[in-house]
Amino acid sequence: MATLLAILIGVLYAAGVYLMLRRSLFKLILGLVLLAHGANLLIFTAGGLTRAQPPIIPPDATALPVSSADPLTQALILTAIVIGFSVLAFALVLFHRVYQTSGSDDPDELKVGDR
Amino acid sequence: MAVGMLTAILSGFVLAILAPGLNRMVRGGAGWLLALLPLGLAISFASHAPLIASGNVFSESNPWVPALGVDLSFRLDGLSMLLSLLITGVGALILVYAGGYLAGHPQLGRLYAFLLMFMGSMLGLVLADNILLLFVFWELTSISSYLLIGFDHERAAARSAALQALLVTAGGGLALMAGLLLLGQAGGSLELSTLLLQADYLHSHPLYLPSLVLILIGAFTKSAQFPFHFWLPSAMEAPTPVSAYLHSATMVKAGIYLLARLSPALGGTDAWFLSVTTVGGVTMLLGAWLALTQSDLKRILAYSTVSALGTLTLLLGLGGTLAVQAAMAFLVGHALYKGALFLVAGTLDHQTGSRDVDRLSGLFRAMPITALAAGIAALSMAGIAPLFGFLSKELSYEAALRAPAAAWITAAAVTANILLAAAAFIVGIRPFVGKAVPTPKPAREAPPSLWLGSVVLASLGAVMGLWPALGTDGLLSAAGTAVLGETVSIHLSLWHGLTLALALSAVTLIGGVIVYVSRGLLRRLASRWESLGQFGPARWYELVLLGLNGLAGGQTRLLQSGYLRYYLMIVLVATVGLAGATLATRGHLVKPTDWSGLHFYDVGLVVLILMATMGTVLARTRLAAIAALGVVGYSVALVFVLFGAPDVAMTQFLIETLTVILFVLVFYHLPETPALSSSLARGRDAVIAATVGVLMTAFVLIATVVQYQPPISEYFAEHGLPDAHGRNLVNVILVDFRGLDTLGEITVLAAAGIGVYALLKLRVGKQRGTASAARRSELAGGVDDASLPIANPMRKEGDVP
Repeated sequence: MATLLAILIGVLYAAGVYLMLRRSLFKLILGLVLLAHGANLLIFTAGGLTRAQPPIIPPDATALPVSSADPLTQALILTAIVIGFSVLAFALVLFHRVYQTSGSDDPDELKVGDR
Repeated sequence: MAVGMLTAILSGFVLAILAPGLNRMVRGGAGWLLALLPLGLAISFASHAPLIASGNVFSESNPWVPALGVDLSFRLDGLSMLLSLLITGVGALILVYAGGYLAGHPQLGRLYAFLLMFMGSMLGLVLADNILLLFVFWELTSISSYLLIGFDHERAAARSAALQALLVTAGGGLALMAGLLLLGQAGGSLELSTLLLQADYLHSHPLYLPSLVLILIGAFTKSAQFPFHFWLPSAMEAPTPVSAYLHSATMVKAGIYLLARLSPALGGTDAWFLSVTTVGGVTMLLGAWLALTQSDLKRILAYSTVSALGTLTLLLGLGGTLAVQAAMAFLVGHALYKGALFLVAGTLDHQTGSRDVDRLSGLFRAMPITALAAGIAALSMAGIAPLFGFLSKELSYEAALRAPAAAWITAAAVTANILLAAAAFIVGIRPFVGKAVPTPKPAREAPPSLWLGSVVLASLGAVMGLWPALGTDGLLSAAGTAVLGETVSIHLSLWHGLTLALALSAVTLIGGVIVYVSRGLLRRLASRWESLGQFGPARWYELVLLGLNGLAGGQTRLLQSGYLRYYLMIVLVATVGLAGATLATRGHLVKPTDWSGLHFYDVGLVVLILMATMGTVLARTRLAAIAALGVVGYSVALVFVLFGAPDVAMTQFLIETLTVILFVLVFYHLPETPALSSSLARGRDAVIAATVGVLMTAFVLIATVVQYQPPISEYFAEHGLPDAHGRNLVNVILVDFRGLDTLGEITVLAAAGIGVYALLKLRVGKQRGTASAARRSELAGGVDDASLPIANPMRKEGDVP
């Protein structure tokens, strides 16, 4: 399964990068989201995949059973998902604002900026 | 020493910090007050001079960076003593002078601060025993010189002169650092006191030549030797006290000091002799000639300083007892008369409003004290007995006569001295004699602060050779001993008998008078050659600077396009190139063989995500793209479900729902925009994206089999229940073990929330364009209100983890 996911991650990255290279702010944001999915899966896969127990200590035990999933990668991904969303929300609203002001989806049309 | 050397050096820096405040408190008299520090230091140094003269050496050391072998080690021998006395003594006079010269100037406090900072740096430079410490102080003097030349920073000329001096001297400083490090490598120590004892070993070391060349570049740039001499005349943009102090008496001698200091270790070889004497000789002649072609007092003095520095370099290149004696005497003599003449030039400028020798005449009546000081200093510079300048010139002639290739060197020295004697008359005598002419400001005698310095320096130059009580002989002997590495005794005397040197002195004097009388002719001659100047080193400097700016501009235009996608491309291609090359050469790609344990729903899920991803990329309408994106998100959440991550899956489901809603809210009302890229660009981007994807796939495949460190999760598995009292370890990590991370995450969320709120609430001001305004009003009704609720679900999201 790791091999399959590795290919999937590659495709997600490629799709994300391709969209970010487009001349459209909408596609830029789409690409960002795909890239975030790819990154989350990358952390998840790199931590080792297991179909076994979620990392929850059973009521009759005092420590996690050895065959459980890795809790650390999951915690990292949780954080990443939430932060990714807040960045996305900000990007979307910013885009909304830019569109209101410039009336265009094309980043090259933006007159004010570092160009 | 009673006062530690480190304390002496630091006192300059400390007072530099206090100086501006002090200047504000003591209006007017601050210069006199501040001069007490260098004066005290000078007295303290002088009180140890007899001990130094009798052969003692003081040293002290404090650990600084022991790991690198850099200690705060200082050493006071004859050479350091000589320069320390010059630095502190002249420094005291300069502070007083600056107070009078720039009286009432709003930035006078800053000038004091820079001058004191320079004094501390220069003291450190001549006292340092550790060569890296020496280098640190060396660079500090370059920086204070930069600040002082650019003191009048509102004038473009001052700024560019400051920059030029900094670039030339700091560029040489870089070479010096490399040279010193090589020297330390070769000698096995960074302490001068150790290095200087290893001359024979160093001479045969393979690193000798590279380190010598690099160190000489450093010394030549600092001491304005040809072809780096051009920065010194430009540095005359500085206020005159600065020119007198840094660019005549002390800082420009740093290169000379370095040559003298290192000559026991590096000197005595053919390479040293040839390079140092040649450069010194050329500089001596060139500086003397250029001095005569100028009409500005300060520029005449600047070029004559270049010439004097050349003479010193030449003498140190010759080596041997006589030459070193001559160099030490000349170093002192030059500092005295040239410092005095610079101060006179500044006084003339201040009191009459002009520095042009052609417009100053007959000032003796108006300014008798200044005139007297100028006259004595000029006669000393011209080498007239019984002044100190005569003694030092006599010694140089004797050294030149005994040198290898004596005829050439003597001829060059006599020629240069003839020209310099004429320059001395032009600067020190010409403005005061003859018929008085009206000056821009009516000439009046200067206040004491403006004549004290030149009078003290000039009279010291008059009596030092004659008055044994001043201890000149002993001090010069100790300095000579330090430079030669063997004991020498210098005895200055006016009368050596009817020697060849005396005859040469007479020739010099007569020649000087002749050149002085025919200076108009010479100036006309020189102006005919002026066009040659555009091929000189100053022009090379300009060309290098232009080239550098062009290069910077070119690469900025190339790399800083201002288009996000090109930045991304550069980053991505560089990453793929570097990371890909590493993976290809070092990584071990394990061929996937184990396909067991793969369920049909796994494959189905992955295929679904792949299709949805392609759908997102290829979708014709926005809504379709958003829908496909949602499918990707939900399917990824399913992957988390399959592999034991229910918490992650739950969060992902929630967030994905919000994401889709948010996308629809923002984009639903916007009109579709056409695809803008050409098919060529799309193909190029597809190739870049595909290589990134391949790299990431390879990366994941390698990452899953490589485990460098034991996983730290075991720690959490063991301690979760007993220490944090939680059974859901993901939650325990988030709120307990890595609680600070979560706090950071919440902060990001809050910041984004505030940003979103601000962007939604912000009212766009009145616009100019009518067309876009119409389009906006059409948008504003539907979207602005509808998008408001999105802030609320976002805020709730903070509770999820």
